Amino acid sequence: MEIVFMTFILMLSIFLGFELITKVPSTLHTPLMSGANAISGITVVGAISLAGTGQQDLANWLGSAAVALATVNVVGGYLVTDRMLAMFKKKGGAK
Amino acid sequence: MAATSEFGLLIQFAYIVSAGLFIYGLKLLGSPDSARRGNRLSAGAMLLAIVVALLDQGIVEYQWILLGFVVGAIIGGAAARMVQMTSMPELVALFNGFGGLASLLVGWAALSTALGTFTLVTIVLSILIGGLTFTGSLVAYGKLSEKIGSGAMMFKGQQVVNSLIVLAILVCSVMFTQQPDNAQWLYLVIGLSLLFGVMVVIPIGGADMPVVISLLNSYSGLAACAAGFAINNNILIVAGSLVGASGIILTQIMCKAMNRSLSNVLFSGFGSVSSDTTEVEGEIKPISVEDAYYVLEAASNVVIVPGYGMAVAQAQHVVKELCELMENNGAEVNFGIHPVAGRMPGHMNVLLAEADVPYDQLLEMDDINPRMENVDVAIVIGANDVVNPAARDVESSPIYGMPVINVDHARVVFVLKRSMASGFAGIENPLFYKENTRMLFGDAKESIGGLVREFT
Repeated sequence: MEIVFMTFILMLSIFLGFELITKVPSTLHTPLMSGANAISGITVVGAISLAGTGQQDLANWLGSAAVALATVNVVGGYLVTDRMLAMFKKKGGAK
Repeated sequence: MAATSEFGLLIQFAYIVSAGLFIYGLKLLGSPDSARRGNRLSAGAMLLAIVVALLDQGIVEYQWILLGFVVGAIIGGAAARMVQMTSMPELVALFNGFGGLASLLVGWAALSTALGTFTLVTIVLSILIGGLTFTGSLVAYGKLSEKIGSGAMMFKGQQVVNSLIVLAILVCSVMFTQQPDNAQWLYLVIGLSLLFGVMVVIPIGGADMPVVISLLNSYSGLAACAAGFAINNNILIVAGSLVGASGIILTQIMCKAMNRSLSNVLFSGFGSVSSDTTEVEGEIKPISVEDAYYVLEAASNVVIVPGYGMAVAQAQHVVKELCELMENNGAEVNFGIHPVAGRMPGHMNVLLAEADVPYDQLLEMDDINPRMENVDVAIVIGANDVVNPAARDVESSPIYGMPVINVDHARVVFVLKRSMASGFAGIENPLFYKENTRMLFGDAKESIGGLVREFT
């Protein structure tokens, strides 16, 4: 049942993703991409549960490395997106 | 991860809140006004998901997690702070690669707790997609930063070799799910997926990089999604598929803007096949900075069409200066942005935003083209193929059918160009020979700087 449940979620969120992203104007496509990059760092959540088992085995090391890599994505992705979006200004808007 | 206790249930609900915030954050990205808030909301969602994951009862030891956080945050933070806006495509490619590798490792690590064939299949998927995203992104990074040749690398029998690799991946994957204890199948799957990533990206030429990097973006999401299935975690599935959808849409937009199908981009090296037979008539008419100034001074409606050449010449700041001077002179100035101008989707917009050009002055191709008839002067800076009228008129042209910005419909066209060499795709451009075209030769930054000096 778990499998069906997860596939159901997958289907719904893919459709939702399509609906949301088609509304993003082309002027924001680069920040969208780096922002999406940051979101794909969600793998960190999975990595955390594998890195903290307390067993000094292979899975634990792999998990720890994955935490580091995904954190690069999360931190770097959000910061650089924020940096870019801060530059977008409207005409005559406050500088 | 099963929600048996009340605390476990609470954790699952917190993930739902986080997913909702991700979705709402993406929705806010729909407008430049709210985009920054959206990104911060999405970051908040990520923070919530991470905190919740840390509270999970299965975790007994925190030092390795913390070490991972610190290392990752330092690298990511430094990269985000130091990167130049011109090299955003490289950074995004690199980040894609890290995301892919993280999913590969999570899939691999999940093996120790794997039960059942379905989980094994999702583990294979997460390793495969993650691995090919990793090496594919590294090659894309190398091409974008020109650390390796940016051209299409083709060799005889490439299709055969690739087909063999796919076949080998299939065989090894099936064997792995049958004998998960036999580590050699696992290593083979990992090695083959890494090799496949390289093989998929090397035949793709530099001009097609916007497509590839969008596609890899999508893969990095799908890899996270597969990892979510492997470890039974819904938030990974939701966030991963949002990213996957985003990458696929951008890929489609890029392909459409080049009038090519995805399979055409992926399987046929551009440039290597283009035998150009465009007949060009007329002659090149150069113009001096001084004469160009007199024309611009009298113009009341100006459109600037930038390409990657503007970024290479670092000319965006002088362009903004010129733009202000012309506006003070009473002219209306707009920018016409082609979807594939630059090295990634929306690249030009970011570069111009960095130079303080307001985003409502940046018009998309479909908005600018109908206005072209009323434009006095169109200034093309470092763009070539995206303004090539051959795409509209010459059926034999390799880029025939690609939508272009019709600068030749303006009364006068200035083309800023270093020399007469053809564009990235090596295609002759009849625009340069048109009656109303004037060529302003030289470095774009210096030419524009010269115009600015004339104005002041």
